[in-house]
Amino acid sequence: MEPLLKVENLRIELKTRAGVAPVIDDLSFELGQGESISFVGESGCGKSMTALAIMGLLPEGIGRVASGRILFGGEDLTAASDRRLRDIRGNEISMIFQEPMTSLNPVYTVGEQIAEVLRAHQGLGQRAAWTMAAELLDAVRIPNPGRRIDDYPFQMSGGQRQRVMIAIALACKPKILIADEPTTALDVTVQAQIFDLLRDLRAQTGTSIIMITHDMGAVAEMAERMIVMYAGRKVEEGPVADVIAHARHPYTHGLISCVPHIVANLTEEREELTEVPGIVPGLGEFGQDMCLFSARCPRVTEKCRSARPPEAMLGGSQVSACWHAEEV
Amino acid sequence: MSDETLHIPVEKARSPLAEAWEMFRQNHLAMVGLAILILIVLGAIFGPLIYPTDPYEMVWAPFSPPGQEGFLLGTDYLGRDILSQLLNGARVTLIIGLAAAFVTVAIGITVGALAGFYGGAIEEALMRFTEFFQVLPTLLFSMVIVSLFGASLPMITFAIGVVSWTAVARITRAEFLRIREMDYVMASRASGAPGMRLMFTVILPNSLPPIIVQSALMVGSAILFEAGLSFLGLTDPNIVSWGQIIGSNRQYILEAGYTVTIPGLAIFVTVLAISLVGDGLNDALNPKLRKR
Repeated sequence: MEPLLKVENLRIELKTRAGVAPVIDDLSFELGQGESISFVGESGCGKSMTALAIMGLLPEGIGRVASGRILFGGEDLTAASDRRLRDIRGNEISMIFQEPMTSLNPVYTVGEQIAEVLRAHQGLGQRAAWTMAAELLDAVRIPNPGRRIDDYPFQMSGGQRQRVMIAIALACKPKILIADEPTTALDVTVQAQIFDLLRDLRAQTGTSIIMITHDMGAVAEMAERMIVMYAGRKVEEGPVADVIAHARHPYTHGLISCVPHIVANLTEEREELTEVPGIVPGLGEFGQDMCLFSARCPRVTEKCRSARPPEAMLGGSQVSACWHAEEV
Repeated sequence: MSDETLHIPVEKARSPLAEAWEMFRQNHLAMVGLAILILIVLGAIFGPLIYPTDPYEMVWAPFSPPGQEGFLLGTDYLGRDILSQLLNGARVTLIIGLAAAFVTVAIGITVGALAGFYGGAIEEALMRFTEFFQVLPTLLFSMVIVSLFGASLPMITFAIGVVSWTAVARITRAEFLRIREMDYVMASRASGAPGMRLMFTVILPNSLPPIIVQSALMVGSAILFEAGLSFLGLTDPNIVSWGQIIGSNRQYILEAGYTVTIPGLAIFVTVLAISLVGDGLNDALNPKLRKR
């Protein structure tokens, strides 16, 4: 079956003071109907840029799609008109953001904000949109939706606001929901509730989810497939279980071993918590013909510094861009 | 989930407007200003009905001081009743003040919003245009407009609006620059809002507080402006306004000071009341000044 979303050799360039940097460098991936994938990586690896590119919301005058295609149901979004993109946004592809505290407009009630999307995309009348908004609030498990619908965002907690954001995003039953670190700003118990909610809604509506995160726990909980990004490039891709069980890229390996395991009593024998030494290279160093992770990699060899490793298929479903993938 | 089982009495939902009113009410000076303003507006609306003396009619000897012959505020150089002139003039003065402030805000918001929203070359062009108006001497420029196109009320209003919109434009632009970077603007974009809707229903309502304050103060300065133009004789001599009373009596300022003092006081009190209200609005609408 044709995938719902197909990104081909996407290259996004960002204008910086030092020149043009490829924040996304030759990225390809596919998203099937009803599938849930996760983008993982440290800050500044191009995860959010990928999301913004799909939405057609790259920062104007700074970022642009330099080459490649984003095919949504066979239609190339990089070539679509502004009007067409507006029709798609919020309707067929929608997005929720990292900061629920500031992502809702403070001067309108939450009901108005949900109804607005319904009126704009579904052509619903005032009353129908309002009824639907109340149903959506109920669907995202806001207690007493009939009354909370008249609340202003400042009257809600962070978790409730994120639920409202989800209600807005799912109002038009989109085919794809992009969640850009949806739980980073929330505390752990609320995170779990939001994940539950997203999972249930996905099961009900069949919406495909692209989740962007740096939280390995979230990935394991939400996604079927994960894509690990580093410095604008895909370094590894594969089914979540396989990747976590046996990462084929030293970076993925490092990310996974960074996750602390909770143990009841701290003993001397407990596993040492490791870190990935060093930091993500600056934008100026993106796009060189070498493995960009080489500076931080424990397995680095001369080859890594002289040529960009190709994406190699391993074990039938895992892809790794490392010269030493076989050994990892 | 805890928030389903707990029943805490929740404070009733209050709109930001209701909250601002609450803040405003606690500001005594602003409430005094508002009370004075309401009195003046009531006087302008109902005064001429309660006190029906014709303001254009010669009713008694010229230069009767206040209190004499039953004329509470005396008569002017043509023997016209100053109280009646004051009540009738209040209408014109207030209407010019409001209309000129409206013109100011309309031009200012349009220019500022376009500049702040689109940025780039549009912003550059619009802001240079604004600066051009800023450096023109305002009184002189409005005098030129009025003397070229005639001293009718609409033209005076227009002239005042045209010379004073720059402050509103700059404030609007500054607010737009700040608010267009907000997460909720990005979120609106992501749900498919077109540019016009972003500009006028997402960004504008959030940038209104300082614009409202500025507009309130604009009413006061428009009244002063009109008085200034009238004093210089640039007004419609057939329509009585406060400035016009002062202007037409200015030669007799030494012999019959009250003829200019009384309308002058009226202007002073009105503008002061507007300023107090404007200040109160500023405190009420500016979240940084809120005492929480």
